[in-house]
Amino acid sequence: MGNNGTVWLPEGASTIAADIDWLFYFVYWTSALIMLLVVGGMVYLAYKYRRRDASDAPRPVKESKLLEISWVVIPTILVLLVFTWGFQSYLKMNVAPPNAYEIQATAFSWGWSFDYPNGASAGNELHVPVDRPVKINMSSEDVLHSFFIPAFRVKQDVLPDRYSSVWFEANQEGEYHLFCSEYCGTQHSEMVATVFVKSQSDFNAWLDEASAGEDLPLPELGERLYTQQSCNQCHSIDGSQKVGPSFQGIYDQERPLASGEAVVADDNYLRESIIEPNAKIAEGYPAAMPSYARLSEREINALVAFIKEQ
Amino acid sequence: MSSATAAQGSPAASKAGNQGASTYLNHKKTIRSWLLTLDHKRIGVLYAVTLATVFLLAGLLALAVRAELFMPGETIMSNDAYNQTFTMHGIMMVFLFIVPSIPAILGNFVLPMQLGAKDVAFPRLNLASWYVYMIGGALVVTALLVGSVDTGWTFYTPYSSSGSVSVLYMTLAIFIAGFSSIFTGINFIVTIHKMRAPGLTWNRLPLFVWGLYATSIVMVLATPVIGITMLLLFLERILQIGIFDPALGGDPILFQHFFWFYSHPAVYIMILPAFGIISELMTAFSRQRIFGYKAIALSSVAIALLGFLVWGHHMFVSGQSAISGIVFSLITYLIGIPSGIKIFNWVATMYKGSVWLQTPMLYALSFLFLFTIGGLTGIMVGVLAVDVHLHDTYFVVGHFHYVMMGGTVIALLGGMHYWWPKITGKMYNETLGKIAAILIFIGFNTTFFPQLILGAQGMPRRYANYVEEFTFLHQVSTIGSLVLAAGLFLVLGYMVYSLFRGQKAASNPWGAATLEWTMATSPPDPHNFTRTPIVTRGPYDFHLADEVFGPQHTGDGAGDGAAPEPAVPRKTETA
Repeated sequence: MGNNGTVWLPEGASTIAADIDWLFYFVYWTSALIMLLVVGGMVYLAYKYRRRDASDAPRPVKESKLLEISWVVIPTILVLLVFTWGFQSYLKMNVAPPNAYEIQATAFSWGWSFDYPNGASAGNELHVPVDRPVKINMSSEDVLHSFFIPAFRVKQDVLPDRYSSVWFEANQEGEYHLFCSEYCGTQHSEMVATVFVKSQSDFNAWLDEASAGEDLPLPELGERLYTQQSCNQCHSIDGSQKVGPSFQGIYDQERPLASGEAVVADDNYLRESIIEPNAKIAEGYPAAMPSYARLSEREINALVAFIKEQ
Repeated sequence: MSSATAAQGSPAASKAGNQGASTYLNHKKTIRSWLLTLDHKRIGVLYAVTLATVFLLAGLLALAVRAELFMPGETIMSNDAYNQTFTMHGIMMVFLFIVPSIPAILGNFVLPMQLGAKDVAFPRLNLASWYVYMIGGALVVTALLVGSVDTGWTFYTPYSSSGSVSVLYMTLAIFIAGFSSIFTGINFIVTIHKMRAPGLTWNRLPLFVWGLYATSIVMVLATPVIGITMLLLFLERILQIGIFDPALGGDPILFQHFFWFYSHPAVYIMILPAFGIISELMTAFSRQRIFGYKAIALSSVAIALLGFLVWGHHMFVSGQSAISGIVFSLITYLIGIPSGIKIFNWVATMYKGSVWLQTPMLYALSFLFLFTIGGLTGIMVGVLAVDVHLHDTYFVVGHFHYVMMGGTVIALLGGMHYWWPKITGKMYNETLGKIAAILIFIGFNTTFFPQLILGAQGMPRRYANYVEEFTFLHQVSTIGSLVLAAGLFLVLGYMVYSLFRGQKAASNPWGAATLEWTMATSPPDPHNFTRTPIVTRGPYDFHLADEVFGPQHTGDGAGDGAAPEPAVPRKTETA
């Protein structure tokens, strides 16, 4: 994620980036020129006509119609130019090529999961092939999120009640940030994923590997889900304090609850805490966890198996 | 122009009233006389004290936000605490400070005086607006006592409909505080239409009045929409009917449409009165007519009306249709042009003038610099394809702070310095004033310019934590915020000091030509004027203002606060 960009813009790694950057710098330099004229004029006039004596009584000046008209007309032409340019690029960004490779993205509080056509899936890691248009179809499980990859210059809100989509064609291999840019609560700023742009052959190899989840032993699948489903954002496995209790040594321990009761963290308790987190709130922790009822039976079993081992 | 002198009356006449020492500040002294006052000037002062408190609290929250962002990871507070802090900063600054600020403080104090009127049209409604505002403020405090609000000032659903119940108190607070705006707006519109002094035609209205007139239109037409939106949010939560929450069958994008249908025009509620102040300052301190009076006056009204048609530019990546995006982008540019015209006109006003760089003028020139950056970055985010990249990043945060703080707050500071002698009857320390103005200018740019770069580099807004490459610019920004705070505290310090130890102000220390300066003492009589003004010239016809520069006076119009004695009108004062 080296920053090979300019002072203003990060490194561009998609086909659309060059377009956007041109437009950005056109507006930037035109603005700089206007700024220079305004500030230059201001400083010059303030100095040239500075008050020399308290009794100065300047004669009123009749304003120049020509000047007035010129600073209506010239800015109008300029803004219409950037408007037209801006909306043409916007249309290009909005219409995905028909041959685009499609990936399903699910946003949730607070993470991303991506499902590929061959059944592969990944959490908080988006793997895409280089030099090939990719279309991401997105939906949210809870509140609004937004899919933002600065290096690709793309952004699109992700909604809970309808699909939205975004497309790009990455043209440079490497790793890039994917940010959630619509505020979504406590861990909004941790809802960061990594985009891996790979050659087609590396991408294919990754796809094969990632779709092999069916035959993984339960604890290993659980370990994968632990990061994929962003459990790791709130639950550590080394005993360190995060938003939720650490998994370290939690299994079969007696857990004090916020209600004053206590419960033994057995399989059923763990299962209930995944599916219905607010049923029993651990003492000293906020009721902040969303439900993971969407996981399959096997995935829940895998997570329980994984937690047991910690 | 002796006829003008006679008609306008000389300040000497009202000066005599001042010797009797009956001013609006001291003719009654009880607390009750303040809390039940119907005097627009006292209500302005009540608002000034209240809003200064809110600005101080919300400003301290901003410093906490900047402190947390000094380093990546947790610096001084948890994510939840951070989210609540920036939310409260936004809600207090927007709804409780900037929206009411200039109209409620300076509008209340100055507008009737500039019109040559004794008060606003509905003095009781005016007092009611302050009480309604205070109830709104009390509800905000209740919301904090009941729980916490971490929705951001935008309250986007469905996040806001799933959080703590104190969101309900907050929305109710905004609903109620909105009525305070509506009362003020109605009052100003009627006052401007019905209570102008004889001879004060629409073409002779000071531009501050025009700015407030345009603002009032927006206040009256737009504020009900935020009220209704907040009420719907409330009803959805209480009655579980699906309006915005998809879990109940509602549509979260509908909320965004409603919210911005108010909140974009609200931007003009915030900035139009600032335009008015800048027009007053540029003319008074250039002693020159304003360049393009009609263009400035009418463009304010044009902006007020067009402002209702651009809300969708906040939603280019929200999922609204591409066609809507294109239409909103186009109208956004049309509204940018009148703002540009104003900038050029203000600069040109100095041409062949006599430019006096007192503190208020320093703020006016700061405004031109900062607001131009605010406007140009606005053009940048209005470009559809570029906005996709910049939306919801620190570029937007930087942009609206350049407009709202670099624009409105700087104009308010300029206006407060300009009218301070009139409001309090005291001069502030001019040297400290200049030092503070420069500190604020430097601090402001150090705080917010790095944010523009951060945003363009991809730093999303409302992040408690950030990736390491953004560290340096965040640190520069935090250091800038301390300089900015130092400047603002300096202002607070010398302003309060001047109340007790400040030099007595002359009635017209700046040599300005509008009625509050030429016809009233500092501080004014409880009834503003000892007799009804008759207006025979435009507000910026300095060459016709014989009562200020006429032969019987020293004609200097000077009143440097740091000077040993106020100068205008020196001869008559000792008489």
